[in-house]
Amino acid sequence: MSRLSRTCAIVGAAETDTIGKRPDRSRLGLHAEAARNALADAGLKPSDVDGIFSAPAGPNELSEYLGIVPRYVDGTSVGGCSYMIFVRHAVAAIAAGYCDVALIVHGESGRSWLDMPGLDGPASPNGQFELPFGTRGAPTTYSLPVLRHFHDYGTTRRQMSHVPAATREWAILNPRAMMHDKGPVTPEDVEASPLVCHPFHLLDCCLVADGGGALVVTSAERARDMGRKPVTILGTGEATAHRMVAQMRDFTVSESTVLSGKTAFAEAGLGPSDIDHLMLYDAFSFTPMLFLEDLGFVPKGESGPFVAETTTGPDGRTIYRTGPGGELPMNTNGGGLSYCHSGRYGMYALIEAVTQLRGEAGARQVEGIETSLVHGPGRQFAAAGTVILANA
Amino acid sequence: MTYDGALPRPTPETRAFWDGTKAHRLMLPWCEACGQPHFYPRAICPHCLSDRLDWRQASGRATLYSYVINHRPAKGFEAPYVIAAVTLDEGPRMLTNIETDGPPEPDALRLDMALEVVFADVTDEITLPRFRPAP
Repeated sequence: MSRLSRTCAIVGAAETDTIGKRPDRSRLGLHAEAARNALADAGLKPSDVDGIFSAPAGPNELSEYLGIVPRYVDGTSVGGCSYMIFVRHAVAAIAAGYCDVALIVHGESGRSWLDMPGLDGPASPNGQFELPFGTRGAPTTYSLPVLRHFHDYGTTRRQMSHVPAATREWAILNPRAMMHDKGPVTPEDVEASPLVCHPFHLLDCCLVADGGGALVVTSAERARDMGRKPVTILGTGEATAHRMVAQMRDFTVSESTVLSGKTAFAEAGLGPSDIDHLMLYDAFSFTPMLFLEDLGFVPKGESGPFVAETTTGPDGRTIYRTGPGGELPMNTNGGGLSYCHSGRYGMYALIEAVTQLRGEAGARQVEGIETSLVHGPGRQFAAAGTVILANA
Repeated sequence: MTYDGALPRPTPETRAFWDGTKAHRLMLPWCEACGQPHFYPRAICPHCLSDRLDWRQASGRATLYSYVINHRPAKGFEAPYVIAAVTLDEGPRMLTNIETDGPPEPDALRLDMALEVVFADVTDEITLPRFRPAP
């Protein structure tokens, strides 16, 4: 166990008032609304904040927008796991005395596209060596490694189709989920949905939404005196291996996930069997399958058989291993596939872990959990961030 | 008709690659210090950080590492089309397109199949290296 384990806690966690369609808010406006809500959740004022960690808005943009002058700034922007990495950096900064109250903020107008950045320029590596070959956003790049995994490990289309089906079961239990009232989907439904980019069909792909979220992190000592029951940070990890998908050295392994996961487990002094609840960023159906393997929850190459094994409940309903009633509850808000996905989903995964550990998840609450692991990628298995949390 | 797909803008580090494709030659930077080629072209060798790089023509042969068939086309493309990661016989991996006779079919695109480079002169200035199944 690292000396930084259990030194800090999450004392505030909140999203924008609503998620999904927010034509009333720009990218920065969504950041600000989320920041305000997280500070209210923590019972703190803007003047209490002395560390700003934000993406995709830079900490300079956001401090100006919020009228805060922080003494610590972090604008790490490596994709959807930037927020897991911010939690790690906040723990280090607080331990170093560089700040006492860290405000970590996300906001994206992924659907309404108000003040969002453009594509990489034509002189960039991506602009020269990937965009000219007709890549068009995440569905054309996150999909690229999948057939290699199928080929090398015998993973099947049908196995992969179980992931969106299991995740939808959680969304049905979550009234905030964008797919809450859309009914269940079966693996067959996933394969019958329109082809987007073979092997991905529409239901393999995450939603496109507007939204924001924010966290407040402070020392465990200070957290004890605050109103909220703190969620303790046991361990964290981060890594980055590449940026463009074709530069991934082995398409069947996320090197950054392996390194980030090992670091977080070592820091926490825990292993996969100690984790009660999982949030594995599901940009696409295949994404969390690779993470289950590379974080050590299933042996290498066996995520397909793992997610595809189901049982039948007493009411005749299918019970997925990662769904409600399953042995490894995963993506319990409904995930990027059925809850919300604004582009950098990592923040929503962290907030759901906090909500579950606080016991405030309502109909989808997983009973008796003490630990949660949150993990995500930045771009296509390029960067990674891991956070292990506990409610005691 | 004018090509309206995304076009690369060469930089000093990549100019020799794009000059090469324009002349229908696939050029790779080889490191004179460690002897290894790399791709995409950089100012320094990613294996040993040497800047002693020598451009040499590659064989143009590759194998199919993984691919997708895109049904929602980017500008300049007609769906469905193949976006692929190929492993050059020299070692480096590159992203490209696979040209097929007729619409691409997953059954006809087997991983590890042999490929050869073809050159698509999309504008007067830019030629894109694409691949097709080797005969």
